[in-house]
Amino acid sequence: MLTSDDVRRVARLTRIALSDTELTVLQDQLSKVLGHFQSLQMIDTEGTEPTGHASEGRTVMRDDLSAPSLARSDVLKNAPESDEPMVRVRPVLGS
Amino acid sequence: MPGAGDIFITAHAARVLMDRGELSSTDLTKHCLSRISALEDRLHSFLTVLESSALQDAAASDARRRSGTALGPLDGIPIAIKDNISTAGVRTTAGSKILDSYVPPFDAHVVERLRASGAVIVGKANLDEFAMGSSNENSAFGPVRNPWDVNRVPGGSSGGPAAAVSAGEAVVSLGSDTGGSIRQPAALCGIVGMKPTYGLVSRYGLIAFASSLDQIGPFARDVTDCAILLEAISGHDPRDSTSLQRPRETFVGSLRGGIKGVRVGVPREYLVDGIEPGVRRAFESALQTLTSLGAAVEECSLPLTDQALAVYYILAPSEASANLARFDGFKYGHSSPGARTAWDTMDLSRAEGFGSEVKRRILLGGYALSAGYYDAYYKKAQQVRTLIRREFADAFERFDALVTPTSPTVAFKLGSRTQDPLSMYLSDVCTIPVNIAGLPGISLPGGMSDGLPVGLQVIGPQFGDARILRIAYSYEQATEWHLKRPEIN
Repeated sequence: MLTSDDVRRVARLTRIALSDTELTVLQDQLSKVLGHFQSLQMIDTEGTEPTGHASEGRTVMRDDLSAPSLARSDVLKNAPESDEPMVRVRPVLGS
Repeated sequence: MPGAGDIFITAHAARVLMDRGELSSTDLTKHCLSRISALEDRLHSFLTVLESSALQDAAASDARRRSGTALGPLDGIPIAIKDNISTAGVRTTAGSKILDSYVPPFDAHVVERLRASGAVIVGKANLDEFAMGSSNENSAFGPVRNPWDVNRVPGGSSGGPAAAVSAGEAVVSLGSDTGGSIRQPAALCGIVGMKPTYGLVSRYGLIAFASSLDQIGPFARDVTDCAILLEAISGHDPRDSTSLQRPRETFVGSLRGGIKGVRVGVPREYLVDGIEPGVRRAFESALQTLTSLGAAVEECSLPLTDQALAVYYILAPSEASANLARFDGFKYGHSSPGARTAWDTMDLSRAEGFGSEVKRRILLGGYALSAGYYDAYYKKAQQVRTLIRREFADAFERFDALVTPTSPTVAFKLGSRTQDPLSMYLSDVCTIPVNIAGLPGISLPGGMSDGLPVGLQVIGPQFGDARILRIAYSYEQATEWHLKRPEIN
């Protein structure tokens, strides 16, 4: 069972502002879903390696060569606020 | 209407007519565009329709064909692309308000391949937000409806690409499948849909949901078209580090030859308690057909099947919480006008831009990955994933393929599962294990129940893509389910 503080903590970690109503609904829904998944704890996984990926899992190496990237002006077209050649953001410090 | 008079023509049949000069790409494209304008107020399969560029591409294809320089089996064929696949210069939303006005500056690998093959992109198809859902009711732009009954869902998350092909708005389409998002809507809309072996198709340009599970794949009206499209989009791409380095295969060339002596396993755990009687009957009849074609059909057991749902709904949200961290309101996508600080920009842009299912999954994943819970949830799920993979590997020592129903039910009513996330998650019990193990799976029309399509799923071992296509083709040629069409006009 998740507490409302658990949900608040994860919402802060994942940077999503939640209303009080959303918080209550999510606390209930996430508790039910996680409760359902308790069955996993019954499986013996002693000494079993975790699988992170379905393919062979080899790290792919490539030569470190410079190559053209996307044009800056094309990329900045999608920025909510920009000041060529930069993305503009609200204050990070002193606020 | 196309030359053959068939509003549901396949790509391979259209090609024959186009080569004979009896059908042009322009006719076929106009036909799809007119279906779109006639049906969209009811179906809502598309988020963006590309009428003028599609007609230009079709005219270019016709010119190539006239000059004897046609590019191959997809040249001139109208296709719909799920809107989480990037298209340069064309809005790509992933079904989310947070990407409402996002225009990618590049094409996904699969889109580059389609353009090079001469395919005509008619539009960007609707989906559950960030491909999270099993009914297409989570699209921020409104749900897609099932062409067989507009009061029912088309399945999800690729509901738009499935409905478009089922209703004749496109000849083929591309979707993405993380836990069943191609196969389940294919089943519910009565068409063919395939999730290839993980790594067979590059994910470059696919807006990521759960990177270790996501795979792009085809929708089509028959298995031949499915093989044609898979052949066009598969192959190594260095821009996706999980893209497999294998020689390209000819899937179309290996469809024929039959399935005499093929060993088919039927894992009893997939015939779950909630399976509808009509789905069970259709499935049992499909097994008889496979037997009559010479396959050796035998029951087997995969005891960890019912743990797959828990593994999936821990791993996929965990990966999603990391992948979706990029939507911060700074570089692209929605930015909250009310934000006063950089932190506000993140908190509020995400609160305003994401829908409730996406928030639910990000929080679930954030919780599973957070200090103190990581070992109990995330690591445990990864370990059980290893056991599930082994269980499949053991089964494929004895069997060439496994067959199951694709979905325990036919298309359900809109709104019937939206209040209870867990009941929605259970829609994918038959498809999720395949993604967890990285295997290929195909769903094809395998019967009808109460006037609605039932899907048959064929699962193969890793790299068994050609094999499951052949089994699907053999079944299809022996039945007529793939010729059934919805009556929507």
